[in-house]
Amino acid sequence: MISSNLSAVFYLISGILFILALRGLSSPDTSRQGNYFGIAGMTIAIIVTFLSIGNFSSSFLYVLILLILGGSIGAFIAFKIPMTAMPELVAGFHSLVGLAAVFVAIAAFLNPEVFNLGVSGNIKLASLIEMCIGAAVGAITFSGSIIAFLKLRGIMSGAPITFSGQHYLNLILGLGIFVMIFYLCKTQSENIFWTLIAVSFLIGILLIIPIGGADMPVVISMLNSYSGWAAAGIGFTLENTALIITGALVGSSGAILSYIMCKAMNRSFFSVILGGFGADNSHSDTNEKKDQKPVKSGNAEDAAFLMKNASSVIIVPGYGMAVAQAQHALREMVDKLKKNDIKVTYAIHPVAGRMPGHMNVLLAEANVPYDEVFELEDINNDFANSDVAFVIGANDVTNPVAKTDPKSPIFGMPVLDVEKCKSVLFVKRSLSPGYAGIDNELFYRDNTLMLFADAKKMTEDIVKNLD
Amino acid sequence: MEIDPFIFRLSIFILSIFVGYYVVWSVTPSLHTPLMSVTNAISSVIIVGAIIAALATTSEVGFSSSSIFGYLAIILAAVNIFGGFLVTQRMLQMYKKKKDKK
Repeated sequence: MISSNLSAVFYLISGILFILALRGLSSPDTSRQGNYFGIAGMTIAIIVTFLSIGNFSSSFLYVLILLILGGSIGAFIAFKIPMTAMPELVAGFHSLVGLAAVFVAIAAFLNPEVFNLGVSGNIKLASLIEMCIGAAVGAITFSGSIIAFLKLRGIMSGAPITFSGQHYLNLILGLGIFVMIFYLCKTQSENIFWTLIAVSFLIGILLIIPIGGADMPVVISMLNSYSGWAAAGIGFTLENTALIITGALVGSSGAILSYIMCKAMNRSFFSVILGGFGADNSHSDTNEKKDQKPVKSGNAEDAAFLMKNASSVIIVPGYGMAVAQAQHALREMVDKLKKNDIKVTYAIHPVAGRMPGHMNVLLAEANVPYDEVFELEDINNDFANSDVAFVIGANDVTNPVAKTDPKSPIFGMPVLDVEKCKSVLFVKRSLSPGYAGIDNELFYRDNTLMLFADAKKMTEDIVKNLD
Repeated sequence: MEIDPFIFRLSIFILSIFVGYYVVWSVTPSLHTPLMSVTNAISSVIIVGAIIAALATTSEVGFSSSSIFGYLAIILAAVNIFGGFLVTQRMLQMYKKKKDKK
């Protein structure tokens, strides 16, 4: 058994290692080392906890068995999961952190003696509040992530689910949480504690159901943030530095990602959270203007011809590429183009896909070197000097209406200037509008050639025609 | 007058938020997905609380209702720790530089 002062020092060290783990992600070169720091930090925290408890009876054995059991499940998932399923995996993992926080809070509530929080029925006031916050945020994270998971997995429709009075209901339930915490502190009643958790589960569900598919990057980041705050709440209860530091890191990380995602959509955080984007602008006049405008459409042969005669091509991937799993075919196409001395780069919009960095991971999976992949601000000026823009599975993020029409719901959102290219190839299944429910003006431009097909099939056909 | 230890923990918490703020802004956008999976893995350090709940029981039998919640939380957190770090590692392995220009 080691002294609590010594173990506190070790918890601090593991907290610092976690900071270094995040620091490593500032560049792909240092990122793998960063991940090892993270693993080291976790190992230290777990070993120190065992040593400070000093209980190596049969229950220690059970703990080890459960660790190995959970670990093997985790490892199995980590190796088996396809990269396209990363958003739902992350959502699923968030739900586990949330539920673990709830369980730890329950354990602390039922048996406060082992955590030095006072005795059952008379828990220290501060600890009780911290515990309740940890449990409530954890429960919201859990049920919210489950809904996000179901939506991303396609088990539940990605369409926003709204009903009248929804916001008021959320408001009342949210206030209810505070009232319950207040009464719990006064009465220490177990029933209030259980109700508190149940209501938090409900809030999590209600919070996520009105949010539509393309807003998922914000939702996942937000749940990431919540899982951090839940951990921090528990950290305060347990008076554990490692948990407090980690909770703060994860909480602010998720909050920053949410901010970046909202900024990239030019929407306020609250408008995303309040949800129902598609429903909000059903009266928008852009929808009604969908008369028969001429559209130029072509086939794989035309596309191959255009690209073969180009000297530079910029690829704009979007969620459609992920759905069609077209990244490997795309990479094959790019290889062929490069053999013909054509300069190829990739342009990624921050909200392309269903989670932050989604497209980058898919391209990395297809062995695209990361120094050919550029973010919006770094590449947007290059479109004017490029011959072909190849838009595959993206839509709203290329819509020039965001720059020209103040009435459009996406006005002000930063978009990729694909229309400045000499010609634009647009791989899409149909002319249907994207998530924002608005027509893309780009479809009807003279320099746009629509390629109506599944992204993967079309790309494969182009590859054949490039020979 | 003595300072409440809570204030010290609060200080650590707030300073860590600032550290997190600056560190995360320096993360390159192309690594935002690994960032999410690794933050997910490290937030599972909550397993510390689960282990305490499971092992630090006062009774000899070791199976109180609170320890059962501890055991359950250990499984959940373990899935996350191993799954989170390994999937991050798998992703990071894929980020490579251009080898050579042909």
